[in-house]
Amino acid sequence: MIWLDVLVQGILLGGLYALFAAGLSLVFGIMRLVNLAHGDLIVFAAFAILLITATLGLNPFLAALLAAPLMFAVGWALQRFVLNRVLGKDILPPLLVTFGLSVALQNGMLEVFSADSQRLSVGALESASINLGIVTVGTLPLLTFASAVAAIFLLNRIFYTTALGRAFRAVSDDPTTASLMGLNPKSVFAIATGLAMVIVTLAALYLGMRANFDPSIGPARLLYAFQAVIIGGLGSLWGTLAGGAIIGVAQTFGAQINPEWQILAGHIAFLVVLLIRPRGLFPRAVD
Amino acid sequence: MHQVTTRTRASTIAGIAALALIAVGLILPAFAPRSLIQDLFFILTMLTLAQLWNLIAGFGGMVSVGQQAFVGIGAYAMFAGVILMGWDPVPAILLGGLAAFLLAIPMAFFAFRLAGAYFAIGTWVIAEVTRLVIAQWKTLGGGTGTSLPREATSDIIGVETIANLFGLRDAAARDVLAYWLALGLAVATMAAIYALLRSRTGLALAAVRDNDNAARSVGVDARRVKWIVFLAAATMTGLVGALIYVQTARISPDAAFSVTNWTAYVIFIAVIGGIGRLEGPILGVLVFWGLQTAFADYGSWYLLALGVLAIATMLFAPRGLWGLIHDRTGLSLFPVQRRLILIDERSKP
Amino acid sequence: MAFLSTHGLTAQYGQFKALFGVDLHVNPGECVAIIGANGAGKTTLMRSITGVLRNAPEMIRLGDTPIGALPADQILKRGIAMVPEGRKLFPSLSVEENLLIGGQVRKGSGRWSLDEIYGLFPILKERRHSPGTALSGGQQQMVAIGRALMSNPELLLCDEISLGLAPVVIRDIYAALPAIRATGAAVIVVEQDITRALSVADRVYCMMEGRVTLTAPAKEVTREAIHAAYFGAAA
Repeated sequence: MIWLDVLVQGILLGGLYALFAAGLSLVFGIMRLVNLAHGDLIVFAAFAILLITATLGLNPFLAALLAAPLMFAVGWALQRFVLNRVLGKDILPPLLVTFGLSVALQNGMLEVFSADSQRLSVGALESASINLGIVTVGTLPLLTFASAVAAIFLLNRIFYTTALGRAFRAVSDDPTTASLMGLNPKSVFAIATGLAMVIVTLAALYLGMRANFDPSIGPARLLYAFQAVIIGGLGSLWGTLAGGAIIGVAQTFGAQINPEWQILAGHIAFLVVLLIRPRGLFPRAVD
Repeated sequence: MHQVTTRTRASTIAGIAALALIAVGLILPAFAPRSLIQDLFFILTMLTLAQLWNLIAGFGGMVSVGQQAFVGIGAYAMFAGVILMGWDPVPAILLGGLAAFLLAIPMAFFAFRLAGAYFAIGTWVIAEVTRLVIAQWKTLGGGTGTSLPREATSDIIGVETIANLFGLRDAAARDVLAYWLALGLAVATMAAIYALLRSRTGLALAAVRDNDNAARSVGVDARRVKWIVFLAAATMTGLVGALIYVQTARISPDAAFSVTNWTAYVIFIAVIGGIGRLEGPILGVLVFWGLQTAFADYGSWYLLALGVLAIATMLFAPRGLWGLIHDRTGLSLFPVQRRLILIDERSKP
Repeated sequence: MAFLSTHGLTAQYGQFKALFGVDLHVNPGECVAIIGANGAGKTTLMRSITGVLRNAPEMIRLGDTPIGALPADQILKRGIAMVPEGRKLFPSLSVEENLLIGGQVRKGSGRWSLDEIYGLFPILKERRHSPGTALSGGQQQMVAIGRALMSNPELLLCDEISLGLAPVVIRDIYAALPAIRATGAAVIVVEQDITRALSVADRVYCMMEGRVTLTAPAKEVTREAIHAAYFGAAA
């Protein structure tokens, strides 16, 4: 019975990783840009939520609601003023700029917020659980997973049924022709990164409520997000959820055997998938 | 008549100057203070790491963020040779190169499966995996690390000779030995990269970086070229890692696999100096050393500033300081660009 | 006054000069054909007018206003839409989405809407949920024309719309032109098919090696004159 429990915990943990990954996947899908500072931006958003809860005395959920538009602006400005200038055929400049941003963000947060571990406190919710008959699951992990499903559902709706999503896909296909349709690809990119930062805020909310965070943990979140994206198959958001679940399950199983193996087990699951399915589990046909 | 050459007047002068510098570098320990030797060791090892990263990323288009894997595995292999097999630390450096080579094979195998920019994160994942696995190796100190045993560091081959030659104490003589090895590695690395870039393989590499498919269509075996360059760079990086930890004599997984020390710094050196040129990292490492000496005490503010500086460089001078100098003066110390020279028939005998 | 005009328009790709002082104008509601061999500079001219290629701030005017410095998305907003060479449908978008995106930023005020496009090209309604790139070449060309019309442009640029299509398909496509002109829109047709171009145009420009070598009303121009302008005087 313990293994069923471990399996369920792992899948729910995967919801958090899918939230980490969704923004990364969105940005890569639209502009083929890999943001190496993605993990640090998640931590940054967590600190933003923390700061709002502390100064306004708000509940983290409400604070995240306030932080989301701020993070949208951060993402929009980052794309508009920095990343758009280095996007091009050569993949090196955007990678190096975002790597520089990662180092700068980490150390900036270290100066401002110190290396102390922080947590978004939600009182009783932290330890609440629901009995599902065969297993008992934490309310918060369940909520995380449900939020991931909702976020991915919404993102897919935006992507495939709205005018904005149409613009995303058109610009991704062919920026020059898209500009002949009156779309400004750089503005569309800026909106996409802004949107990705809204999802980052959601990811940060659950990251901060479920575990301690400090300025140094960003890169590891980037790696989990990246693994979920690759396992799922580039361009498939539902695949990303499956990818997150696989990493999550591998981690909880690893931890069950030996607590030191938790992270390692996740990485190894990723390598195994990469070995047998290089294009991921659900690759998009057109790429 | 015509001939194809890469030589320029500046490059001839630079070649002579380089030889002179190497000669000075070799005899420097006879009169330089120990602190200078230590600084130069730092500069030379960082320079070598930066040149190697520049080779795979700048020339080869393979942006690795996992170079710390090779430094770390190289250092740990050297430690294993000394502690488990009783080797002398200096020959054990070769084990570092071997271990990095062996690690690079699976790393390339996995990372090459990842398209474009995702290659970068793939290398990072493998580096993390290596760190986590090494941290499980209890005989080498597990997660907390270990030191080289005193008896191993006290009679490294050559140290006694150096001590007698320059009238130094053992510790200082060890620094001199490490410095000479670093100088040798730096010169060998740069000479090898320069030779490679001027060879047919170098042309193939440039073709692969610019357009993988096009290169393939004109008969360049892109995969093979990438493999060779990636493995060679990894091996050299492993040697440098082992050498650094011969000098440090104390190791831990977090330090040896530090992404900041062995990849972030290295990338910043190449970016600030100028990616895709041999001169870039040379200039970059000097700037970096200057900043490090002046501002390292400011800790994270310093790193914050370095990150911002790298971003600013990519935005406003994407080819780095050397790019700026080259644009102003046309100077090229290590030209790899082929130029067609027309030779006047009449002036020939 | 001309709706759009170019004045000594030059253009270059890096070191390579592609246009050497092109003077051209289009009056409101007029249909102008631009003919010329491959490499004559026709597509470069289109790219300059639409703002894809920008190196001539003063040389292109919309009425009196210089528009040469504007990016492509701003040009569309001023009522100039383009059917690009090679059709360039968005592969990730269905037929209907391809049409919708044409009118997403500028709807304009005019006849064209999704229903009107489906009326013009009924086959597109049947295929509206297919991916744009799954259609035949002729149908794709219809989508590309419909997509440009969705912004209700005052000037429609058609770059090589008959290229690579069977004659019977070309006839169907050109059959839509009167309906397009009936809305009062001006049209520039870039063509290699001289007969086709002369049959639809009011005026014709012939280009060779980046220059305009002939300007004439389509009805008055002789085959000899075109031959000379198309291949050079010596031919």
